[in-house]
Amino acid sequence: MLSPRVGLCLLGAGLLLYPLILSGPFYRDIGVTFLLAAISASAWNIVGGYAGQVSVGHSMFFGLGAYMPLLVYTLWGWPPIAGIPIGIALAIGLAAVIGLPTFRLTGHYFSMATIAVAELIRILFGTWDLVGAAIGLQGPAVGRGWWDLTFRNELPYYYIFLAVLAVLLLTTAAIERRRFGFYLRAIKASERAAKSLGVPVRQTKMKALALSAAFTSVAGSLYVIKTGFIDPDSGFGILISVQMLIVAALGGAGTLFGPLIGALILIPSQTVTNSLFGGGGSGLTYILYGGIIVLIARFEPGGLLDLWYRLAPKLRKRAHV
Amino acid sequence: MVVVQVIVGGLLLGAIYALFSSGLTLIWGMMNFINFAHGEFVMLGMYVAFLVVVWLHGGPAVFGLAAALALFVLGVGVYASLIRHVIRGPMLSQILSTFGLALLLRYTAFWIFSANFVSLPQTSLAGTLKLGGIFLPIAQLVAGAVAIVLTLALHLLLTRTTIGSRLLAVAEDRAAAMLMGIRPDRMQALAWGLSAGAAGIAGALMATSYPWSPSVGETFGLIAFVVVALGGFGSVIGSLYAGLIIGLIQAVSAFYLGAIYKDIVVYGLFVALLWLRPQGLMGKA
Repeated sequence: MLSPRVGLCLLGAGLLLYPLILSGPFYRDIGVTFLLAAISASAWNIVGGYAGQVSVGHSMFFGLGAYMPLLVYTLWGWPPIAGIPIGIALAIGLAAVIGLPTFRLTGHYFSMATIAVAELIRILFGTWDLVGAAIGLQGPAVGRGWWDLTFRNELPYYYIFLAVLAVLLLTTAAIERRRFGFYLRAIKASERAAKSLGVPVRQTKMKALALSAAFTSVAGSLYVIKTGFIDPDSGFGILISVQMLIVAALGGAGTLFGPLIGALILIPSQTVTNSLFGGGGSGLTYILYGGIIVLIARFEPGGLLDLWYRLAPKLRKRAHV
Repeated sequence: MVVVQVIVGGLLLGAIYALFSSGLTLIWGMMNFINFAHGEFVMLGMYVAFLVVVWLHGGPAVFGLAAALALFVLGVGVYASLIRHVIRGPMLSQILSTFGLALLLRYTAFWIFSANFVSLPQTSLAGTLKLGGIFLPIAQLVAGAVAIVLTLALHLLLTRTTIGSRLLAVAEDRAAAMLMGIRPDRMQALAWGLSAGAAGIAGALMATSYPWSPSVGETFGLIAFVVVALGGFGSVIGSLYAGLIIGLIQAVSAFYLGAIYKDIVVYGLFVALLWLRPQGLMGKA
C-alpha cells in the first residue's frame, strides 16, 4: 500500500504535470474547470464540512467575487485583479450579515438564510443597472498588458488556479492542527457540549464562515478573470451552490482532500455526460446531481473518502488471506 | 378602488401561501426539520391538477382531492424511505436529503413537462364577480376561501383531536410518547403526509388562477420559509396570519414598485426578521 506521504507527492506531481502531458485544449479546459470546482468546494468545506454549518447559498460569495473584477474594469478601467480584494471584503461583510443573527440559532436557520439571501442578491443584481442588470458585465476583450491576465492559452490559468488551490489546502491543513480546528470539530459533533466546555461557539462559526466566504469570493474572481463575462445566473445561480455542495459531499465533507476527490470524479464525468447528451442534456445532469445528493445523504454522509477508509482495511485483510 | 382590488387579490393569494406554509411549519414543529423540497411539493400539486384535468376532465373538487391524495402518499413515501433514516444523522445529511430531493423533483419536472409555462384549461370556476367596483375572479375567491378553511382545519386537527394530541406528544418528547403507546414513526409519517398533502392541494388551488412552470417550486419554497419565519416556527395559526401578511405585502409592493420587486421586498423582510425577531410573530425561539 501507498503511504499517505507518497500518495500526496504523486497527487501533487500529477496535478503539476497534467497539462504538460495531456496538452490538448480539451484536456486543459477540463483541468481548469476541475481546479475551479476543487477551490470552490474546498472553500465551502471550511464552514459546511468542518464546522457542520451547511450553506446552500454559497453562490452569493462566488457571485460577489465574480462581479467585482469586471465592475472595477467597467466603471474605472482598472485591471480586473484589482477587484479581488473588494470582492473579498464584500463577501466577509455579507458573511457577517448572515452569520451574526443565524449562528445564535440552530443550523437549519443558517441554511434557510443562505438560500434566501443568495436568491435575493441574484434578483437584485438582475435589476440593478450599475452591474449590467440581466445582461451582466464584460471584461477586457484584448488584454492591455500582462496585468489584465487575458491569456489565449489555458496554461497560465491552470497554474494560477493550482497555486490558489495549494494555498487554500495549506490553510485548511493548518486549521486542522490548530485550536481553531479542534473548536470546529467540537461544534460539529455537539454544539451544546462544545459550549459547556468553553468553546466560543458563535465566534468560531463566524470566523469559519468569513474565511470560507473570502476563499469562495476568490474562486468567483478567478472564474471571471478567465471567462471575462458574468451575468446574474452564472454568478449567483443556485446551481453554483449545488456544485460546491455535491463536490464536497461526494468526496467527503469535513476532510482535507474530500473536495479534491469529489472534483476529480465529478468534473470529468460531467464533461463526458454533457458530450454524450449534448447541450440538451444539462437538465439530465441536474436530475443526476439531485439523485447523487439524496443517495449520499441517505447512505454515505461521510462521502467516498469515508467509504474508502472503512473498506480499505477489509480489502487489505482479504489480500493477505 | 384599484388599491382595494390589489389588497383583496394579495390576501386571496396569501391564503394559499398560508396553506402550504402550514405544512412546512408542521414538520418543523414536529421534528425540528426544514424541508427544502416543500416548494417542489406545491409545484407537483399543480401538475397533478393539470394532468387530472387534461386526461380525466375532472372538475375542481376532483383535481383538488387528487392533488392532496397524491402528495399525501408522496409525503409518507419520502418520510419512510429517506427522512426516517437521516433524521438522527448529522446535520449535513438532514439538509442534503431534502435539498437533493428538491433538485431531483424540479429537474425531473423540467425534463417531463419542459420549461414552458402552462395553465389549466377553463374550469367550471371561470367567471368574475363584480362587487362594489372591484372585480373578483370566482376561481381566486373559491381558492382563497378553501385555503383558509383548510389551514384552520389543520390547526383544529392539531389542537382539538386525539390524533393532534398524539402528533404533539411525539413532537414534545418522543420517548415519553412511546411509553404512552404512541408509535412515533407512524405519527411522523402522518405529519409528512399532511404536510405534503397541504402543499399539493395548495398547488391545485393556485393552478386554477395562475400559470406556472417547474421553476415555481423554488419561489414557493422560499416564500414558505419567509411565512414560517414571520409566523413562528411550528405555529400553524401563525402561518395563517403570516401568509395573509406576505400575500398583502407582495401585492402592494408589486403595485407600487413594479412586479420584479415583489420578491426582493419579501426576501428582504426575511433577512430583517432574522435580525430583529428570529422567533417570529407567534413562535418561541
